[in-house]
Amino acid sequence: MKPVEIHAYLQQKLDKQIEWNEGEKSTGDPWAVIEADGWVDACLVTRDDDQLAFDFLRSLTGTDRPDDGKIEVVAHLWSYSRRHAFVLKTTVDRDAPVLASLTSIWPAAVWYEREIYDLLGIDFSGHPDLRRIMMPNDWVGHPLRKDYTEQADYRGIPTSRPGYATAVPEKVDE
Amino acid sequence: MSEPTQAGAQREEIVLNMGPHHPSTHGVLRFVVHTDGEIMRKAVPEVGYLHRGLEKLAETQTYAGYMPFTDRVNYLEAMFAEQAYAMAVEALLATEVPPRAEFLRTIACELNRIANHHVTLGCITMDLGAYTPFVYLLREREGINDLIEALCGNRITHNYLRIGGVSYDVDDKWLGQLESYLNHFEPIIDELVALIVGNEILIKRMEDVAVISREDAVAWGLTGPNLRASGQDWDVRRDIPYGAYPQFEFDVPVGPLGRGQAGDCNQRFLVRVEEMRQSCRILRQCLAKLPEGDIKAKVPKMIKAPKGESYASVEGARGEMGCYLVSDGGKNPYRLKWRTGSFSAMSIIEHTSPGLMIADLVALVATLDVIAPECDR
Repeated sequence: MKPVEIHAYLQQKLDKQIEWNEGEKSTGDPWAVIEADGWVDACLVTRDDDQLAFDFLRSLTGTDRPDDGKIEVVAHLWSYSRRHAFVLKTTVDRDAPVLASLTSIWPAAVWYEREIYDLLGIDFSGHPDLRRIMMPNDWVGHPLRKDYTEQADYRGIPTSRPGYATAVPEKVDE
Repeated sequence: MSEPTQAGAQREEIVLNMGPHHPSTHGVLRFVVHTDGEIMRKAVPEVGYLHRGLEKLAETQTYAGYMPFTDRVNYLEAMFAEQAYAMAVEALLATEVPPRAEFLRTIACELNRIANHHVTLGCITMDLGAYTPFVYLLREREGINDLIEALCGNRITHNYLRIGGVSYDVDDKWLGQLESYLNHFEPIIDELVALIVGNEILIKRMEDVAVISREDAVAWGLTGPNLRASGQDWDVRRDIPYGAYPQFEFDVPVGPLGRGQAGDCNQRFLVRVEEMRQSCRILRQCLAKLPEGDIKAKVPKMIKAPKGESYASVEGARGEMGCYLVSDGGKNPYRLKWRTGSFSAMSIIEHTSPGLMIADLVALVATLDVIAPECDR
């Protein structure tokens, strides 16, 4: 099925309106947005429904949207049997980011959610092993947030050196 | 595997750290091994030692300026990361890549795949105690590094692809060199098979060890050779065609092949050997069919991708290499995420390890071909 058809089918299956978006010039991939409280149910339907059969969680990640006060979580799904792809999103509140875990549906989510927890700071309820994965356990802050500033030192080791290029370069200007 | 029992033996769980500096851990990575004697209760991978923040760095770079960074996602398969990134940006820009450039990308990627499998197969045998094949294979890899150096000036981190095409064209001399390399290398695969694939000691270390079922492989998101070894007939090049791949004929090796059962270490090894043959086959077809024409589409100097997002994936040497790109209409990517084969492969180790011998963990890690920089990014 094409993404548009999957969206229509999912709306009918879940019996509710699902927000549908595509890029400014309709290039790239379109995506559907589910409300956070129906996230796990919707994902379970996409895996177990015979017409959808999304058995492969290709990627699960997040994007910080400080202007909206939200963090998006985006799942890229693929079905080996039906040979189609779909992009499913949800949003959580930036100040109290909690979302139900997908680990019971796709075990692949165990590490993906750890990474999101580490780098974007979303708390996944029901996750079996929610620890930082890339950064040290006692690191402060979540690097992929747009307003992140690196701590000045880590256990007494400075994180930048005077006279050297900064760890994260400035944005490129015109 | 049943636990060995011995009358009067003391049972005690010992926590053992393997790594971060262990010769068989493929980069800097640590396993916290919970073990009772030689049998593991579980092995928990601790990663992040090579986290370089490549995703955060993308947010500070222009679209064209990020290309050299993609090589660093995985230094052994730099071309695939370049292609995934280029495809993600091209999808947003709706850029058509010229056919000659698509062929050159394919040539570069398939050469890169063979070079990568040289290291992988060499490391598997070395981790399991045979040093000689590793040296032989690295010698063959040098031939590919020389070819790629003649192509774009770099041996490891190539920076060859550009958004909309590639940076340098090839001439007849280079194509002749490629052909003579293939003539030289194809018989070597048979030599390699005779040297290591049939080696009874090596087979005994891998056969029926650390079996990953097809269902587990799919659920945990394994991709590429690891998935195919478990019996799932799947290849992004064939099943979600991109670039020039629809024009080539090639087989997708799927386990079980030869001895052992689907999903064991030996299958993961054999699938990779067979993939090198198929890559040679694709390269021969590239040589026969290489079209004339431009090597780069017209793209603006300062790229501004329209608002939106795209996900592009290629069949890398370690499975699906995916690049998820979000644009807010500006000069820098708003968000960029790498989906890599090693990350998924690393995550299944804790699930697969219970009941294995400590020495078999080495076989599992080696044949899953996890590589720490690709996992940590």
